[in-house]
Amino acid sequence: MIKAILIFNNHGKPRLIRFYQYFAEDMQQQIIRETFHLVSKRDDNVCNFLEGGSLIGGSDYKLIYRHYATLYFVFCVDSSESELGILDLIQVFVETLDKCFENVCELDLIFHMDKVHYILQEVVMGGMVLETNMNEIVAQVEMQNRMEKSEGGLSAAPARAVSAVKNMNLPEIPRNINIGDINIKVPSLSPF
Amino acid sequence: MALKIVKGSIDRMFDKNLQDLVRGIRNHKEDEAKYISTCIDEIKQELKQDNIAVKANAVCKLTYLQMLGYDVSWAAFNIVEVMSSSKFTFKRIGYLAASQCFHEGTDVIMLTTNQIRKDLSSPNQYDTGVALTGLSCFVTPDLARDLANDIMTLMSHTKPYIRKKAVLIMYKVFLKYPESLRPAFPRLKEKLEDPDPGVQSAAVNVICELARRNPKNYLSLAPLFFKLMTSSTNNWVLIKIIKLFGALTPLEPRLGKKLIEPLTNLIHSTSAMSLLYECVNTVIAVLISLSSGMPNHSASIQLCVQKLRILIEDSDQNCEPSVNACMKYLGLLAMSKILKTHPKSVQSHKDLILQCLDDKDESIRLRALDLLYGMVSKKNLMEIVKKLMLHVDKAEGTTYRDELLTKIIDICSQSNYQYITNFEWYISILVELTRLEGTRHGHLIASQMLDVAIRVKAIRGFAVAQMATLLDNAHLLTGNTQRNGICEVLYAAAWICGEFSEHLEDPKQTLEAMLRPKVATLPGHIQAVYVQNAAKLFATVLRSQESTPDTTAAQETSQLMIDRLPLFVQSANLEVQERASCILQLVKYIQKLQQKEVEVAEEVTALFAGELNPVAPKAQKKVPIPDGLDLDAWINEPPSESESEDEKPKAVFAKEEPKHTRSRHSEVDEKELARRREARKQEQANNPFYIKASPSSQKVYQDTPGVEHIPVVQIDLSVPLKVPGMPLSDQYLKMEEDRRQKEKDEKKKKEKKRKREKRARGRHVDSGPESEEDITPAHHVDIVTEEMPENALPSDEDEKDPNDPHKALDIDLDNLVSGVGTRPLTDSEKLPTRTHRSADVLKSPGGDGDGVSITGEPKKKTRKEKKEKKKAKDKERMRSAEDKKTKKKHKHDPEEEEANIHEVVTLVKADETQSTEPLPPSVSAGASDLDFWLTSDAAPSGIQEAVAATNTEMPTDADLGEVKDMEPEEMKSKHKKKKLKKEKEEMEKKKKKKRHHHHRSDRGEAESVQNGTMEEDDEEPLPPMSNYCLLAENAYVKMVYDIQGNLQDGSQVVVSIIFQNMSSSFLKSMEFNVLDSLNSKLQRPEGATPHDGLTVPFQLPPGVSNEARFVFSVQSIVMPQKLKGTLTFIVKSDDSSTHEKLDFKLHFTCTSYLITTPCYSDAYAKLLESGELKSSSLKLEGVTMPFHHLLARICFHHHFSVVERIDSCASMYSRSIQGHHVCLLVKTAAETVSIDAKCDELMLLENVLEEIKQTFSQS
Repeated sequence: MIKAILIFNNHGKPRLIRFYQYFAEDMQQQIIRETFHLVSKRDDNVCNFLEGGSLIGGSDYKLIYRHYATLYFVFCVDSSESELGILDLIQVFVETLDKCFENVCELDLIFHMDKVHYILQEVVMGGMVLETNMNEIVAQVEMQNRMEKSEGGLSAAPARAVSAVKNMNLPEIPRNINIGDINIKVPSLSPF
Repeated sequence: MALKIVKGSIDRMFDKNLQDLVRGIRNHKEDEAKYISTCIDEIKQELKQDNIAVKANAVCKLTYLQMLGYDVSWAAFNIVEVMSSSKFTFKRIGYLAASQCFHEGTDVIMLTTNQIRKDLSSPNQYDTGVALTGLSCFVTPDLARDLANDIMTLMSHTKPYIRKKAVLIMYKVFLKYPESLRPAFPRLKEKLEDPDPGVQSAAVNVICELARRNPKNYLSLAPLFFKLMTSSTNNWVLIKIIKLFGALTPLEPRLGKKLIEPLTNLIHSTSAMSLLYECVNTVIAVLISLSSGMPNHSASIQLCVQKLRILIEDSDQNCEPSVNACMKYLGLLAMSKILKTHPKSVQSHKDLILQCLDDKDESIRLRALDLLYGMVSKKNLMEIVKKLMLHVDKAEGTTYRDELLTKIIDICSQSNYQYITNFEWYISILVELTRLEGTRHGHLIASQMLDVAIRVKAIRGFAVAQMATLLDNAHLLTGNTQRNGICEVLYAAAWICGEFSEHLEDPKQTLEAMLRPKVATLPGHIQAVYVQNAAKLFATVLRSQESTPDTTAAQETSQLMIDRLPLFVQSANLEVQERASCILQLVKYIQKLQQKEVEVAEEVTALFAGELNPVAPKAQKKVPIPDGLDLDAWINEPPSESESEDEKPKAVFAKEEPKHTRSRHSEVDEKELARRREARKQEQANNPFYIKASPSSQKVYQDTPGVEHIPVVQIDLSVPLKVPGMPLSDQYLKMEEDRRQKEKDEKKKKEKKRKREKRARGRHVDSGPESEEDITPAHHVDIVTEEMPENALPSDEDEKDPNDPHKALDIDLDNLVSGVGTRPLTDSEKLPTRTHRSADVLKSPGGDGDGVSITGEPKKKTRKEKKEKKKAKDKERMRSAEDKKTKKKHKHDPEEEEANIHEVVTLVKADETQSTEPLPPSVSAGASDLDFWLTSDAAPSGIQEAVAATNTEMPTDADLGEVKDMEPEEMKSKHKKKKLKKEKEEMEKKKKKKRHHHHRSDRGEAESVQNGTMEEDDEEPLPPMSNYCLLAENAYVKMVYDIQGNLQDGSQVVVSIIFQNMSSSFLKSMEFNVLDSLNSKLQRPEGATPHDGLTVPFQLPPGVSNEARFVFSVQSIVMPQKLKGTLTFIVKSDDSSTHEKLDFKLHFTCTSYLITTPCYSDAYAKLLESGELKSSSLKLEGVTMPFHHLLARICFHHHFSVVERIDSCASMYSRSIQGHHVCLLVKTAAETVSIDAKCDELMLLENVLEEIKQTFSQS
């Protein structure tokens, strides 16, 4: 079982949090801080998993993470999950994000947290892995986006225009999370 | 009205959406909290509006704020409002918010039940999906109870998207509402064979999660999982299953035996590291469970170790370094598991493990350390510790250094110093370790010093000398006076010097060292030891000085004590103070006596006479309870309740004690008592832990063959005793090597003389240093072992956590029939029918298939038995209710869908005739299925037979009828079918009678079909089979290959090639290339031309083999094909490297385009009846192998699966990667096998048949 999925950036700012077990908000924040503290001090060439922090299950749980450019993707899992399997799953998730957002970067996650959630929901459900086939995930996400579009979306056109105006003074932030050459990075789970 | 809408949307223009909120927060970095609080006020305003779009937008923003740590539970009701919007967009936002912040304590959750139910039955699959996803996060026991039925219905939804979500969420439902597990389980099990891989994967996930907590309840599913394991191509599913098997094997060792082969095949064939690793792990688990008396698995162990080595040492260039580190870490972890049972196989990789100590990653180094602990032997201990000492010097960071330190001590002291051959060396190591700055393990080192010095008598002289030097240089150690700091070793040093002062070279000097003023800065408990041992030393010094004529020396010593001790009398530490003042008075008195020229040394020494013996920790606890004594039994009658508390104790002693003693005494007469006393004395004398009453205990030691007789090694003082901290141990290492060499030489010399007795105890025992046990210790050592009483109780097992939700799910699922009446969820109980499910096992595509193959006859039977078994009947009704409800839900309008289940159920209950299912067979069926499966030793196909065998005779015959009827196509009407079936039955009977004489084994099988069990030796075991065939070989390299279709892509096949290095050189830069044909092409990376080869992603050291996979795209699959290719590589030996190449021909058989696909027999029948298939046939003469071997071969080599097998007839099915159906009917009679085959592509069929023919002509 997956207990939690946390995405935060190099400064520990949460970009997406998804707990599959209830924690109160302040506890969630503490967990994020603790996890960030544990993960961020690790070199990029050291092992990608470690024992869970004291707040989130301790040694019964493992933190399995990958670090892409400015973002950490951390999965907190119990012993029923395969470590390398979860690493591959993170890769699948990130590649899916990359497909859905076209060259995903931290900004996409910042401004479209809801969409990232919707994509994640097609990968993991209630702490269990729902789908590992990227094409299937993307297809389902796109179908739902199409439905949303046909309903006119959340913000109708005028609001978009307004937000475009509001957008004008925004400082340029470099795009690109730099997932690098995603292909075959992981000793592939080809048929996933 | 219209105006209002327009107004609403204009208002909205100025609402912030999520992006605006995010942007705003980013622009208000300084006063973020203030900005957010204004935003929350805005959101509160928005939530008050009627417009659902505005509300949804507000809720969306709240979800973001929740992530930032703001409590948004106050908006729970608004979230429910948004959830119930009819628009998908808003609904999705609502459910997302709910899943982020709802929990069991959220009170509005109870308002959602109906809304969720409505969404679950929505005609739009994404409404349902969103509801399921949301529910999975906030399901409560109430929701689980109320919605279990609806979700169970969704498990059979037409859309796989819904099915997989419904299956997955069932696990959450089980957790919250355990009563639902039994009724839902049959359907869940069914989903393991769902045609959609996603649904299948979800079912595997759920069952693995359930089984992990209560594995024994799921043992009976092992055959099914086994089948999945051998057929699935989804790595995620495989990993889950293989992990599950790892948990099951300890419960059922026979399962392990079955697993070894397919797992090793997977290890060989997979390219996914994650899968490889889990396979290796499970193989290890299997081997552990089989560890007793299974020597023939050494090959598997070797394979595992070899693969792990690759995992540990190979740095895959394609991977990030951290992923390589992960593999390294896991590889080491798995190695340590192997180490426990097969230490020899791991020990040969010592080099690799030592190498890992240099790794940048601390967790890897720690893993390697753990491994080293188990790898030491007498032979390599010194060498390994030397390496570790080097690392101690290099180590940065005290944590790792401390870890190293404790590991060194652990390694050396393990199993009672089993591996230490030279204790001088060990003492030197300990002394060297005291140099470590800032360590927290001073105490550990100290206790080791004490332990060794006390228990290893022969070493005391050396130890005392070393400790004296330590005391002398105490200033070097006192820098760190914190608790457990290195100064702790002074505690040991002082005690050892004092207690064994007779060994001291210059006791006076040591005494002075111990009384230096600086000592007062040490922690109190150490000072106390100093004071006490100064007194001991004082006694020794007096003694030596009194033996000389000069009396002034002795008086000087007393004066020294009197001068220095007041320092300690002033100590703030009570114990120091007390001891010091006591000893000070004593010394003063001695001084008086000395001035009167009385000899006092003897008496002073007597103060400290006697030997202190080590007592094992817990020795007291381990004293066995004597026979006949039950500590838990009431000594007297338990007090009656009327007695008041206060009175109780009095009553107990006054009344009962005499009675008790009397009864015991009467049993033991005086003689017996004397004998016991004698025995006890004897035992005490031999028990080193027993602290003897008098100093004469020394004698006991002399009686036992022990240290005193052993010539103690002279300390080679050519090795200078350096200041503490100078590495002495290295010299010892060298000395040890020399010594061993010498012994070796001696042994050679004296081999023939055989004067063993004389040398048996001495240093010069003749022994070969080659074998581990023969290495003689440099010191003979009197190591006291910790004694365990013979009948010591095993330690208590850990109790399960009573709060574990999984405890409630510990439900026996094998006999789903019993105890049903007591379940509260009777409205959703459905009838589990074992006959059915075991038949289902064979089927996969083609949907439900429920009861299709069962005709009128079982129905009648059911009716009859119904009267007898009312409970079962009830359940059956529920099942039909369930079915009917399912149908209803799909047909009727939403209003009716919302109708209460109970109504539907009562409605259906009246309609008893609905139920058509046969009754479940005996409860034990599950267990016997498993037993049968486990005892039959057959390969994958064997399982299918096994499962088929559990079918009752009736439906099997019916199915046979169907299968056989397929050729004459007019067989569509039921009447004819029935008629034919009867004929078949008769034929069967006749056949059986005939075979009764000729085919003994087959008959046995037929019998066992009825019994449900089968004797082990009834079927011959299958010979091992491999699909890999030789591609090419030369002096350098050998290539074997296997081709497999790719299920996901109809135009791809994967060629797995195992490269084996046959030479003694290193093979590198291997490049694989083939000449593409129009039809088949090697898939090359983008940008490569068709003439470029593919680099093989590894290098081969001598004797090593590894596997690579190449993907080919094919257009037409109806014809076999050969592709020419070349492998080029560089052979690198010590002095030269040459280019070599090897030509080969890749043979794509038509078989390789087939994929093993299970098939329901009714789907199979329909397929054959469709009339679209073309037929062909084949006859094989002179086939002598047993029929099940024949089938297994076809299954294995040609990727077929058995649909149905009856005696010497079997129908088989396979599918090509492009979706061609291939059906076979295999019959055998007197060494002739006839195969009638059908396929939608005649050419393909004929080629496949040709290949089958070849398979059997070869054998």
